Amino acid sequence: MSSLTFKLKQATLQRVDCSSLTSDHLQGKEVAEIAKIELPVGNSNVQAGDLFNITGRDVAKIVFAGDCAKLDRIGAAMTHGEITLAGNCGDYVGLGMKGGTIAAKASSGIFTACGMRGGAIRIAGNAGDFLGGGLPGERRGMFGGLVIVHGNVGDRACDQMRRGMILVEGNIGAYACSRMSGGTIAVLGEVGAFAGFAMKRGTLIVKDLPSQLPITFNDCGEHSLSFLTLVLAYWRTLDTRFAKFNIPNNRVRRWMGDVANAGRGEILVTG
Amino acid sequence: MKCGNSDQAPACMSMSALEAKLQINGVHIDDTFAEAFGMKATRVLITAHNLKWAYHSAIAMTGFATSVIACGCEAGIERKLDVAETPDRRPGVSVLLFAVSTKELAKQLERRVGQCVLTSPTSACFAGIQEGEKLPLGKNLRYFGDGFQVAKLIAGKRYWRVPVMDGEFLCEETTGLTKAVGGGNFLILAAHQSAALAACEAAIEAMHKVRNVIMPFPGGVVRSGSKVGSKYKALLASTNDAFCPTIRGITKTELTPDVGAVLEIVIDGLTEADVAAAMIAGMKAVCALGAAKGVKRISAGNYGGKLGPYHFHLHKLMKGAV
Repeated sequence: MSSLTFKLKQATLQRVDCSSLTSDHLQGKEVAEIAKIELPVGNSNVQAGDLFNITGRDVAKIVFAGDCAKLDRIGAAMTHGEITLAGNCGDYVGLGMKGGTIAAKASSGIFTACGMRGGAIRIAGNAGDFLGGGLPGERRGMFGGLVIVHGNVGDRACDQMRRGMILVEGNIGAYACSRMSGGTIAVLGEVGAFAGFAMKRGTLIVKDLPSQLPITFNDCGEHSLSFLTLVLAYWRTLDTRFAKFNIPNNRVRRWMGDVANAGRGEILVTG
Repeated sequence: MKCGNSDQAPACMSMSALEAKLQINGVHIDDTFAEAFGMKATRVLITAHNLKWAYHSAIAMTGFATSVIACGCEAGIERKLDVAETPDRRPGVSVLLFAVSTKELAKQLERRVGQCVLTSPTSACFAGIQEGEKLPLGKNLRYFGDGFQVAKLIAGKRYWRVPVMDGEFLCEETTGLTKAVGGGNFLILAAHQSAALAACEAAIEAMHKVRNVIMPFPGGVVRSGSKVGSKYKALLASTNDAFCPTIRGITKTELTPDVGAVLEIVIDGLTEADVAAAMIAGMKAVCALGAAKGVKRISAGNYGGKLGPYHFHLHKLMKGAV
């Protein structure tokens, strides 16, 4: 059975809420029924069949073909299945996602993996601001799952993140890990200014100490941390550059902060 | 007070057992059976900077854990672990704990890991059973961190990093619980004490190669086999006088004149098959020494088959093995 594929008939000026187009919602539906699903577009609703050319039947494997930059909330709250995004995708990819996988072949917008609970998201390109964050007004961001970004990430990554793991092969912007209260993010590239601002708990793993660290982070010295063996072993199972990442003797320099907040967050500098 | 094999008396065994014809290398195998009971068990993996310190920790943790009668649990080191077998790729050992209830097992596990593993330099502790109901491991011990502890969810498993004076104590949050079999046993009857001891040592060496089992008594061997009851009302169990050689002239003895010492090996295992495999390995090693080394008979302890659901018939085991 071929993948259920959505391809925009023509570029849309308004943003489209695609949260209804997940395996959970489409289970047991025929293409004709799917075409009648109404999707919020701007301030009105439009039937999916009017927006997309819909082909294929396998609702467990959904493909959004072409440019998806105006398509928001793809994979929202999904619990299973696979979603593939061929082009750039919109905002809130994987919002509140609980399981399954999302693979974006290009870049994603802001609030990717927002409030994510489980599953895995892979972004081949870049991800916008607030990766793994929480919705405005929410008190917690990402709560579980795995996100791999092969490119760069915008500002405020992991804002209010509570649990889960984010791997960024490129750079991340300013105020990463702001208000973070748990979970792990690792970055191979550079980290922007003021990483860890108001950080309560959680772990940021970086190769070099960020150049502009809040003064409320304190140096706890160089240590061998055995849990890193488990982390590295896990990374080796993943399709990412982190699979070849090595930390000799698990030796890292540990900075803790933000002591203006709970102060239990940590930045581990591998050197 | 004795704590020998699980207070078992050889009610079913009699001298007539000697008449049953199973003799291996001159060693008589009695036509009797070991009676074992259902228990709850768990396994933890202890790692450290090197094997020496992993053993220090594991030996402390499994100390005073010979019998559930007075120790709360029965525990022992199952085997040494290569670095490739441990989660943190350090040398380690595998430890099995057995108790009569889930509640008691959880209590003993927490106390022993807290006092003997957490305290041991460079140690870390991981789950040795992944399936089934979960017992708290680091889940409660984390509070020793006084708020500085850190949780990490890695590949679906939750770990705790507790700051201690030599770095961090890494401990998995839970370990698995499983139903198990406790109280498998056999008795070695020999011409004299040194012959019985040598036979036991050979048996234990062979039995240590069997996985999923422990022999919880010192060195794997118990000399104070017991019977149920006592002339003293306060005691539930007392010495198994029928197998005590120094009083055989004044009691209803099970010993023939050529037997000068009896030692017992008790086995706890995760399954009935594991206990049987260990018994076979041990008895084969004893028989290999043979009568020439002073071994006279192999017997077993039971309650007449009325109390324990697992019966390990020596003839059946050894005929299958031979």
